[in-house]
Amino acid sequence: MPGPSALIDMQEVTKVYQMGETKVLALDGVSLSIEEGEYVAIVGTSGSGKSTLMNIVGLLDRPTDGVYRIRGHSAGDLTGRQLADLRNREIGFVFQQFNLLARAPAWRQVELPLFYAGIARSASRRRALETLAQVGLAERADHKPEELSGGQQQRVAIARALVNRPSLLLADEPTGALDTRTGEEVMALFEKLHAEGLTLIIITHDQEVADRARRVITMRDGAIISDLRGAAATTASGGTNGLREPALAPLPRPAVIEQIEEKVYEAG
Amino acid sequence: MKLVRYFPVAFDSIASNKMRASLTMLGIIIGVAAVLTILGIGRGASESILGEVASQGTTRLTISPVTETDGEGAGSPVQTLTMGDVKALADPAFHPDVVEVVPQYAGNLQLVAGSNNSQVRVTGTTAAYADVLRLEMAEGRFLTEDEITQMSNVIVIGTTVASDLFERTQVVGESVRIDGEPYTVVGVLEESGNAGFGSNDESGFIPIGAAHGRVFNVPRYRGEYVVTSISADALSEERVEAAELQIEQTLRLRHGLNAEDDNDFSISTQASLLETIDTVTGTLTLLLSSIAAISLVVGGIGIMNIMLVSVTERTKEIGLRKALGAHTSDVLLQFLIESLVLTLLGGLIGIAISYGAALLVSRIPNFSFDLLIGVDAVLMAVGVSAGCGLVFGLYPAMRATQLDPIEALRYE
Ligand SMILES: Nc1ncnc2c1ncn2[C@@H]1O[C@H](COP(=O)(O)OP(=O)(O)O)[C@@H](O)[C@H]1O
Ligand SMILES: [Mg+2]
Repeated sequence: MPGPSALIDMQEVTKVYQMGETKVLALDGVSLSIEEGEYVAIVGTSGSGKSTLMNIVGLLDRPTDGVYRIRGHSAGDLTGRQLADLRNREIGFVFQQFNLLARAPAWRQVELPLFYAGIARSASRRRALETLAQVGLAERADHKPEELSGGQQQRVAIARALVNRPSLLLADEPTGALDTRTGEEVMALFEKLHAEGLTLIIITHDQEVADRARRVITMRDGAIISDLRGAAATTASGGTNGLREPALAPLPRPAVIEQIEEKVYEAG
Repeated sequence: MKLVRYFPVAFDSIASNKMRASLTMLGIIIGVAAVLTILGIGRGASESILGEVASQGTTRLTISPVTETDGEGAGSPVQTLTMGDVKALADPAFHPDVVEVVPQYAGNLQLVAGSNNSQVRVTGTTAAYADVLRLEMAEGRFLTEDEITQMSNVIVIGTTVASDLFERTQVVGESVRIDGEPYTVVGVLEESGNAGFGSNDESGFIPIGAAHGRVFNVPRYRGEYVVTSISADALSEERVEAAELQIEQTLRLRHGLNAEDDNDFSISTQASLLETIDTVTGTLTLLLSSIAAISLVVGGIGIMNIMLVSVTERTKEIGLRKALGAHTSDVLLQFLIESLVLTLLGGLIGIAISYGAALLVSRIPNFSFDLLIGVDAVLMAVGVSAGCGLVFGLYPAMRATQLDPIEALRYE
């Protein structure tokens, strides 16, 4: 049984969407525990509730019922400020539909989380540019979303999720819009960061992506129908779990963030 | 709280939505410029009228008969104000605060010169009239004491009369006929410029004796010729009320009025005229203010529309910012500064436009008044527009910050 020390702990979480008269049961009593440092893939048919689950894990949405704990803190008991600080410093979220600001250049988009972390603009611009370089977009820093391809927009969104060095990365179909080669590069970057301690949760349709995870959770109709780890996960999804050489250099984690984190946890 | 931090964010946001920003500003510009220009016209016109009245002297008193209330002559003036009253009022022993007393008998007459004729308001008066009424001469001079005592056949006319009769205004020495009798023109009055108020352009002035004895068929009261009004000058502005009391006392006595009788004359002063004009211009200002208020509302609705049109986009933006770790206060401060920058910029442009209009108006020759833009009007116009910008900019933002980030991101 998962203990309260787990990074993520869900007990009987349900999510109901009210659509006028009809109710949609998007999550139907999900219980789930993820430890720090895990590498989890979530698979399942479209409409099975993967994104809904991810939004709750990322503190973007609230369960209708049940308890969600992050590092032992019940999300329902956290204040707006604590939730905001956790989203800012602990969690990197890659949205299924990019969610970029319509008219801002790439580096501004990537800089946003740094602004809300209270980092001075000169430093944050440099960090934003470095992170863009790590997803292969150094040349595109001044481009607006309308001047970028879908794959490039997705990489801007990934850089934005990584720029604050989160300890938990949530990615909803991160490679869906990428070609094979850049998809590979992004996965290699994720895995490199995972090797350094980043907890990775990825929703995917791509069997190859799922094959690389240490744990595969399968969903259907708002419920978890299988949760397989290690060799079993590899066997179940029928692939090999080959680790690759990291393609990109590690990013240093700034001390200022750790200090603020301490404050957040003291407050929480 | 380091507010300065939010300025670059707010400026980025404005710069990346130039269309929305300029439309919002346009609403404020229209509101502010319209209000300031309209109120400026109102205030300018009021000041101009009041200035005109004040320039004609603030020490003058005008005594006129009241109108008959019953009998066959009802509605026409009581015929009790006479030359006897004028002589009595001229006695400084009983009227220490009255310096000049000028009788007037006025009526409409036809003046003829050659084959031209003109209907003119002719006033019989004395030499002091020009001083008391602050008349300026364009040609020649006003009536003299000698001409008054000798009841000479002389006349002073206004510029319109001169041009009607002679097709020019240098007509001193020319002769005009009243009832076939010739009168020599000794002076032409300065043109008043503004038609209507206090203008003498269509008037003529002759010695009071000529008016009483020859030109008009003037009735007598207790053996003295009746006058249509008496003008008097008080010693100073402060002594106007005292002069008024002294005049009232004498006239009541002379007209044999008992304690319970009402005055059969009325005394109006420039001060009371100014008061009347004040109420009139007050009404004018109120009217213009309502128009100004309407322009402000129109501007406000414009601002509101732009803000509401962009609510969806802005709600999504707020959802994203919150998802990336923005506190509610971060979002509200950014929006507050954005709205403030837009409204202040728009307000300044609006003020500049209305001052430009004022400058333009003051350059128009012969335009009788300037646009006066008061600080209170500026504060009100900018305050209301900025209020609109803040309310309509912040209200949707405040609602969006209440949503969970994912709800805001999905907002349609
Ligand atoms: N905002 C919403 N309002 C109503 N129903 C929703 C909403 N979001 C998702 N759903 C419904 O909830 C279910 C789960 O959706 P989702 O979590 O997006 O699935 P997945 O990501 O696995 O495709 C689907 O039936 C979907 O139609
Ligand atoms: Mg989905």
